[in-house]
Amino acid sequence: MIPELGQVLLLLALAVALIQGVLPLAGAQRGRADWMALARPAAYLQCLLVLAAFACLTSAFVRHDFSVLYVASNSNSLLPLPYRIAAVWGGHEGSLLLWVLMLNVWTVAVARFSRSLPSVFVARILAVLGLVAAGFLLFMLVTSNPFDRLLPAAADGRDLNPLLQDPGMVAHPPMLYMGYVGFSVAYAFAIAALIGGNLDATWARWTRPWTTAAWIFLTFGIGLGSWWAYNELGWGGWWFWDPVENASFMPWLVGTALIHSLAVTEKRGSFKVWTVLLAIMAFSLSLLGTFLVRSGVLSSVHAFATDPRRGLFILIFLVLVIGASLLLFSWRAPSVGLGQRFGLLSKETALLVNNMLLAVACGAVLLGTLYPLFLDAMGMGKISVGPPYFDTVFTLIMAPLLMLMGIGPLMRWKEDQVSGLARRLRWALVIAIGAALLTSWAAGRIAPATTGALALAYWIIASMGVDLLERLRPRGGLSGGVVGRMRLLPRAMVGMWIAHLGVALFAFGVAMVKTYETERDVKMTADASTEVAGYRFRMISVSDVQGPNYVAAQALIEVSRDGQLLATLRPEKRIYKVQSNPMTEAAVDSNLLRDLYISMGERLDNGDWIVRVQHKPFINWIWLGCLVMMGGGLLATSDRRYRARQTRSAELRDLANGMAGEGGR
Amino acid sequence: MNRFLLPLGAFLLLALFLALGLRLNPREVPSPLIDKPAPAFQASTLARPEATIKREDLLGKVWVLNVWASWCAACRDEHALLVDFSRRGVAPIYGLNYKDKREDGLGWLGRFGNPYTDTLFDPEGRIGIDYGVYGVPETFVIDKAGLIRYKHIGPVTPEVLRDKIEPLLRKLTNA
Amino acid sequence: MLERILHSLLAALLCLTLASAQATEAPVAATTEAPVVAANPEIEARMMVLAAELRCLVCQNQTIADSHAGLAEDLRQQIREMLAKGMSERQILDYMTERYGDFVLYRPPFKASTLLLWVGPGLLLLLALGTLWRVLRRRQAMAPEAFDPDTPDEDAAR
Repeated sequence: MIPELGQVLLLLALAVALIQGVLPLAGAQRGRADWMALARPAAYLQCLLVLAAFACLTSAFVRHDFSVLYVASNSNSLLPLPYRIAAVWGGHEGSLLLWVLMLNVWTVAVARFSRSLPSVFVARILAVLGLVAAGFLLFMLVTSNPFDRLLPAAADGRDLNPLLQDPGMVAHPPMLYMGYVGFSVAYAFAIAALIGGNLDATWARWTRPWTTAAWIFLTFGIGLGSWWAYNELGWGGWWFWDPVENASFMPWLVGTALIHSLAVTEKRGSFKVWTVLLAIMAFSLSLLGTFLVRSGVLSSVHAFATDPRRGLFILIFLVLVIGASLLLFSWRAPSVGLGQRFGLLSKETALLVNNMLLAVACGAVLLGTLYPLFLDAMGMGKISVGPPYFDTVFTLIMAPLLMLMGIGPLMRWKEDQVSGLARRLRWALVIAIGAALLTSWAAGRIAPATTGALALAYWIIASMGVDLLERLRPRGGLSGGVVGRMRLLPRAMVGMWIAHLGVALFAFGVAMVKTYETERDVKMTADASTEVAGYRFRMISVSDVQGPNYVAAQALIEVSRDGQLLATLRPEKRIYKVQSNPMTEAAVDSNLLRDLYISMGERLDNGDWIVRVQHKPFINWIWLGCLVMMGGGLLATSDRRYRARQTRSAELRDLANGMAGEGGR
Repeated sequence: MNRFLLPLGAFLLLALFLALGLRLNPREVPSPLIDKPAPAFQASTLARPEATIKREDLLGKVWVLNVWASWCAACRDEHALLVDFSRRGVAPIYGLNYKDKREDGLGWLGRFGNPYTDTLFDPEGRIGIDYGVYGVPETFVIDKAGLIRYKHIGPVTPEVLRDKIEPLLRKLTNA
Repeated sequence: MLERILHSLLAALLCLTLASAQATEAPVAATTEAPVVAANPEIEARMMVLAAELRCLVCQNQTIADSHAGLAEDLRQQIREMLAKGMSERQILDYMTERYGDFVLYRPPFKASTLLLWVGPGLLLLLALGTLWRVLRRRQAMAPEAFDPDTPDEDAAR
């Protein structure tokens, strides 16, 4: 009964989404306030319906309802409750429902927090979001219904992929989707502005917080996925340039460019055309990612079960949405104004170069990801494009960007001079290079590429230091001391610094771990030990362990340094009862300076175990960098600017009402 | 107006490739050995360890090489078809027993039938590597001059046999 | 004052790095030294570097270095033997492509069909920066009327 209810709810949601998509849009064109007024209630109703449908699917999982095909394929009677809930989005159909749910959450947020925006604008935005939701709901109902029945019901389910039975699985997809889907808001704002012809600095100011919020979620989702894969998959890697990883990274790159482009447009009203195009591109890349993961055109470890029919549907949807958007763009773009002027050497230009570099990086990742497909489609053979290509190309493009990150924030708006910049930054450069050389030497080996990367990380931080110093130095006319001047710093600026600091931390972590990590494979038995990077790893025993739905061989390994016991680690080799593929569960001892990563290989005939021990210096700075980036974004979004106008416009409204009231007497 | 249509144009080109991509199989790895000499081998036979087969022994005739193993479930799907094919005498099939144990391989043939004129024994998979084998079963067609003409990955289906392999065998035999 | 803080931060960072990189001999209580799996560690290291460049054909989304598949283990063994025989890295990669095609290489070879792949990003970069340069130059030459009027800056005091 409940699955059928879920099905009906989805159908109703589709109907509401279509109403939400069509009527307000038509109403905005024709000036019909009653049609436009449907937008918000429709958005709220659709969200309720989708939420209810999601609850139906979740209940099917919780209750072990194996008469639902999707539940039977992704769950099992032995599966613990948290993973049963996570299994709702463990497969293709359920993850689509999650996608639509996230879209609804964003839509409701826009409906709720858009009181200060013109109603025509809001109507168009909500309509665009409604149309996208309708497309996905239609896709689900036609090709990927999570509520399809399996009759007769399966005796037991096929279980959730053991790799996904991990806390990270619970959090990673929802966060990732919040990010992916969140760019639909910036997209909707862009389309609404193109239709209405009111692309200006105010539009940029409205769009910015929504875009930054989506970007924060996407950063979190990608970082979490990387951290989870590292801890869960057992080989010690954290990024593989897998097509699906790239599919989430490309919107992030363009999203970052979009945030910076919106800054220029808000400040100067300039380069609106570029900003709008970036907004369309960010969401288009999200949709493209959806296509790549579910259509089977690319081989990936993340890919869902493939079906050419689904792929075709998504492709048609993609062509309609993106094609229509780009057509609208090509029609409206020529009439968009140039904004204010600025000099060739200015902060505006620096931001534009920054966006160029990010866009080129995204283009390079796209090229590498799709090139095997291009060649195969043209009958020119099959090749593979993997980490050796991406690492090389990406770092070469990122290097100038990191360099620019140390210069751009210090540049003046409108017009600046090279001599002034050089004077202000010369010490930062010296400190950066010196610190990099010192760090490399201290770590044991001076590798040129690594030292360069470290120098760039230090350069960003040093340049931020210069910026901070300049702003806190006493100036004629300003009083209140250092602390007073600190309080005057706009949140957006501090947020920017923190976000850039996050990038520097990330770059530092990557450079250190890639260059100075060490590993060793040894054959271990009780009381055997080995030493890696000054740590001694001693195996105490290996015992059999029973999990809720698996059996495991668990090793007890003591880690010590200078005779002092630091940690006891328990890596496992698990065999899940249902899917019976052996799984490596690595044991990791983490702190800010390094990770000690132990994973079990095979059991030899004589009872010994092959154990791989890895020492990874500074690896946690990678994910720390992601968290810090997010913190910076959060701070920037909370800037008074975005709230001040709301209160001010509310004040104006009250004033107007008051005056109208008085005038009416 | 023209330059603003560029993004749309680029996107449609991309969509075209994606559409073409829907018909392709990204996991299938074509063989670089097509139209090249079949790699040399010298292996003992499965049934009699003391006998050896060399590639040179098979020059001058058109033959089929089928890679199989007793632990391979998919090999059973095609086996009945191959047994039937061998009875029709179109071309000899030689088996390559890949990464298997002698007793297991012989037992498997005893249970499911033996379509092979003879079977090479490749316990370590060295011959398999030379032939670019990455998943069993795989089937090769080799001509009189010892060149590989065709490779099929996965179980041989009646359609593949009827539409690709048998016509090719006939063409090569009459050449 | 802030310079001083920055200096001490740097010093702290250096100490951290030094601490983590130090290798000390730890006195151990009654354990045997676990033998390394690799018979020849030097060849093993070189093999792993090569194996990281090759794609596992069975699982297809891991390198031969990381994959647990039977074929991956066979190929790793093959590479060890070839290195022991003195074959060069180039020769070993050629050996692999002769049998499995370019698909097995994670670093795409540089040939006519992959020219666009390798040159593409650089071309894109030049194109992007070149376009930006041209557009900005053109705007410098335009009359002030084409633009919006200047507005004062929030952080204009610099």
